[in-house]
Amino acid sequence: MVELLQGNEACVKGALAAGCRFYAGYPITPSSEIAEMMAVELPKRGGVFIQMEDEIGSIAAVIGASLAGARAMTATSGPGISLMAENIGFAIMAEIPCVIVDVQRVGPSTGHATKPSQGDVMMARWGTHGDHRVVVLSPSSVSDMFWLTFKAFRFAEMLRTPVILLSDEIIGHMRTDVELPDEVEEEIPELEDVPSFHPFGGGKRYHVTGLVHDETGFPTNDGEIIEKQLKRLIRKIERHRDKITIVERLNVEDADVVILAYGCVVRSAIRAMYLAREEGIKCGVVDVKTLWPFPYEVVESEFKLIVPEMNSGLIADDLRKVRNDVISITKMNGEIIYPHEILEIIRRVSN
Amino acid sequence: MRIRDYFRRLPHIWCPGCGNGTIINAMLRAIDEVGLKKDEIVAVSGIGCFGRATGYLDFYTLHTTHGRALAFATGIKLMKPEMKVFVLMGDGDAAAIGGNHLIHAARRDIDLIAIVANNSIYGMTGGQVSPTTPEMAKTTTTPEGCKERPFDLCELVLAAGGSYVARWTTYHVRQLQNSIKEALEHPGFSFIEVFSQCPVQFGRRNKKDHIQMLREFKEKSSLEGGGDKIKIGVFRR
Repeated sequence: MVELLQGNEACVKGALAAGCRFYAGYPITPSSEIAEMMAVELPKRGGVFIQMEDEIGSIAAVIGASLAGARAMTATSGPGISLMAENIGFAIMAEIPCVIVDVQRVGPSTGHATKPSQGDVMMARWGTHGDHRVVVLSPSSVSDMFWLTFKAFRFAEMLRTPVILLSDEIIGHMRTDVELPDEVEEEIPELEDVPSFHPFGGGKRYHVTGLVHDETGFPTNDGEIIEKQLKRLIRKIERHRDKITIVERLNVEDADVVILAYGCVVRSAIRAMYLAREEGIKCGVVDVKTLWPFPYEVVESEFKLIVPEMNSGLIADDLRKVRNDVISITKMNGEIIYPHEILEIIRRVSN
Repeated sequence: MRIRDYFRRLPHIWCPGCGNGTIINAMLRAIDEVGLKKDEIVAVSGIGCFGRATGYLDFYTLHTTHGRALAFATGIKLMKPEMKVFVLMGDGDAAAIGGNHLIHAARRDIDLIAIVANNSIYGMTGGQVSPTTPEMAKTTTTPEGCKERPFDLCELVLAAGGSYVARWTTYHVRQLQNSIKEALEHPGFSFIEVFSQCPVQFGRRNKKDHIQMLREFKEKSSLEGGGDKIKIGVFRR
């Protein structure tokens, strides 16, 4: 079935297809359509929508609902995810699956509410305190808003961890036609290092805490157990990377120049790639949809690498860990990076 | 059932003379009298001395982040309306960092049983001033005496719309137990504040031991309130 949808609407449809039955949120541009549509759709399906008093309460209620056995999510933008940071860490430590959508706008602080940005890529990665791993997905189309939201629920449950869907104002507010499936079924595999999940009320009484705890769930002061548990929380994400890495490659096989992009910038990158090909430049695009853990293997090749981003070059900087010749294009004025701006750099590096 | 059968892990970390155990005792006796099964109960707590209670109790228990217990509990209650959800908080937890969640839980009149152990101080972090510290009381962050006015938490929750509101002290164990029983049968937000003694962090700095503090709860409390009396009783039901 093909439908004309806004990105934020596609996100709701993806969540409902994944079985989401609980939403708690607080209004914030440019994510509010997600809350508004959830308020209409969830009660029809026996689900629950609640508008909380702030984003801290929203993520807390989401974690509580998840612990009570419901697939649960919230959506926000930069200022809201800053407030959620502590409880995202709680969900990591207590291993409670949930989905958090960040429709990025210009920051820091109130920034610019209606203009897009990709300034939260490191906030998503490192937002909560303490050493940890996190799963972050980055949609580059309205269709991705459906599928990656759907996947976010699967990954959250599979790994018992919060998953952040890092969208942006352009993808959130853009309308395109989207092919929607009639029904989606996907088995959630049991994975090593991921303990089984028993919702409250299911007959197994146990303790849940944000303190470092041993396998029985109770807090521990034993340094050996603390390190063992923290390392397992990291390992359970790292060792299953192959199951959560989503990357789309376009014309990369013969490419001399590759544009690595994520989110809305992918659209300009694809256009620039075709324009370059018309000029005889062998250009390709890598669309990184699983932003964290980052699939560094995609850049370990001979091609020249251009990374356009609507921030000061945050992912380009990170990629310099694996190669020092990353060409970064940056833009922070609240506008998308246009194809001709990328094309100009492609021409320059291929000469 | 014996009260000790409601515990799954002891000993606790509370200091000798602390009032927390008295409050938990009253809560468990109320649960026992009402005849609830362990599987029907969720206990949610925040961070602080009283927040550790959930670790000891044999229910579905959730020890959350500082100040957020009511918000976590809201999510649980909405998805499991058939379960009884207790929210155990201290005064710093409920009235300072968690104040916003407290007034909104009361406004929503969501069916939770909130019990606040109010010992007028931050015990776990070493005796700092809290929103309920009496004027001129000494704490580690008010060495010259507290210069701010304390919150009246029951008035706050009454104003915000809580539909069962009561205050007792750790001296009034029977009344407290009865209030918790009433709260279990009350369909709406139940708020029970319990004045409790912290001999180590509050008493030590204000020249009182736990026996003196309990005696004060007895002598300085009345159903009428007024003057320097602690007003106790059920204020709304």
